[in-house]
Amino acid sequence: MAFVAFGQSTPQKQQGPTKSGRVALVLLTPGLAYLGLFFITPLISLITTSLKTASASGVIGRYDFALEFGNYAFAIGQYAPQIFRSFAYALIATIVALLISYPIAYFIGVKARNRPLLQGLLLTLVIAPFFISFLLRTFAWKQIFSNDSFIVNLLKDIGIFGADTNIIGTDFAVVFGLVYNFIPFMTLPIYASLDRLDLRLVEAGRDLYANPATTFWKITFPLSLPGVISGTLLTFIPISGDYVVASRDFLGSSSTAMIGNVVETNFLRIQDYPTASALSVMLMATIVVLVSAYVRRSGTDDLL
Amino acid sequence: MTRFSLGKYLLPTYVTLTFLFLMIPIAYTFVFSFNDSVKSNIIWRGFTLDNWLDVCNQAEVCSAFGNSLLIAISATAVSTVLGTMIAIALVRYRFKFRSATNLLLFLPLATPEVVMGAGLAAQFLDFGWPKGLPTVIIAHVMFTLSFVVVTVKARVATLDPSLEEAGRDLYANPAQVFMKVTLPLLLPGILAAAMLAFALSFDDFIITQFNSGAVDTFPKFVYTAAARGIPPEANVIGSFVFIVAIAIVITVQVRSSLKRKKLTK
Repeated sequence: MAFVAFGQSTPQKQQGPTKSGRVALVLLTPGLAYLGLFFITPLISLITTSLKTASASGVIGRYDFALEFGNYAFAIGQYAPQIFRSFAYALIATIVALLISYPIAYFIGVKARNRPLLQGLLLTLVIAPFFISFLLRTFAWKQIFSNDSFIVNLLKDIGIFGADTNIIGTDFAVVFGLVYNFIPFMTLPIYASLDRLDLRLVEAGRDLYANPATTFWKITFPLSLPGVISGTLLTFIPISGDYVVASRDFLGSSSTAMIGNVVETNFLRIQDYPTASALSVMLMATIVVLVSAYVRRSGTDDLL
Repeated sequence: MTRFSLGKYLLPTYVTLTFLFLMIPIAYTFVFSFNDSVKSNIIWRGFTLDNWLDVCNQAEVCSAFGNSLLIAISATAVSTVLGTMIAIALVRYRFKFRSATNLLLFLPLATPEVVMGAGLAAQFLDFGWPKGLPTVIIAHVMFTLSFVVVTVKARVATLDPSLEEAGRDLYANPAQVFMKVTLPLLLPGILAAAMLAFALSFDDFIITQFNSGAVDTFPKFVYTAAARGIPPEANVIGSFVFIVAIAIVITVQVRSSLKRKKLTK
């Protein structure tokens, strides 16, 4: 899976590239041109759209080219809670997913290393959720947590929940759903790092009378850092732009809306393309700044 | 000593419980595909096989599923070819703008889907292209391409160049070397990349919603249906895809472990 590959820096054992010239150009051009045309120029479209003003003709959904930077002020003023919520949810969900996933990745990568069959089985189980639509999975949680479901009634009878507790539509439900959906994205890259951990280093630590906690924090964890970095990025980035889990038809309500929900509504329902684009540009800019700071600090340059 | 034995059981117990937790919504979806539901599929009303035997009773579910397959197959074909070419160039050739190329390939992996979806939709608006099947396929090739490159690149890097040299020494022309040596050796990586691209495309919702117009896909159908309750036929399709995918993964794993055994003998 690419997420595993993504977490590793490619093994560079073989001698470096030897050939050069036109063949490389022929191989690269179609794919890179494709990305230029359908990934880069759309980002430019996003920026120009974010600066447009309503058309003089007054037709809904028509906008003229302009340099209306006020669109950004409007978007921030109007949607500050949603912007804050997106990053707060993404931050909390990423931390929780890391805490849940690390021990699993450790077990698969270190404890199950000498049992290939068990390791294969566990890895299959980690990626199993990918094989069923994430919308169906999220909707399943909605039904499990809905007010008259078996489990919620049981918890209410035991007294863990008050009789009038609502779970769906709360911050908790949304963060829960986000964590659930992104556990595999966190687990796989960390597993990929831990799987290559040289256990002799851990032994050496033990031989030098370090206690288990010290060996973990001084040896195991630092060596798994590339995986932790990939995992947190692969979790944080998609979550910050997600709008399915927080949608009112799934685990959210109007008080859990994130940036994605606002972009969806503005772009696809009320055709306010400039506001939707301004929000998207700000989301992208934030991600770019965060990612480059994060990667530089942690010193992992070869993410690909 | 107590600490040691605690650690011995604590971790496996934790892992087992977490895996059970991960499986809950999958099991739920599967179980409710057999629900004898009338209108909404929320309360268990009894076991039936009708949903499985007559999936296309809900015509929209079936046509959405068909569209998803068509889109995933087309997008996978294009992005696998383009991505494999890039992967080979990255590992085997020296060229200028190498770091720019890496950055261009990394960016789509680090961009939230909603940004890519809205950006492409904004561009289609600027161009005046109507949204439909072609625009969805274009979008899916775009966001799966980098995943293909990463996956195939890992395989190319493990390939021993001396095998290709041997082919050349035996007077094979470059096309023959590629077809008879390079491609067969890369095939497992290319297949893995194609499967990943297919899975990503098939399950994509956000980018699709922004660029598909009136074309319904399976995830889009589920999203729209969620407002009034998802019909059990959707659970049938979800469960069916799940079973097929798991079967493929297990087959691949068993085959590769058998191969490894053969090699070590």
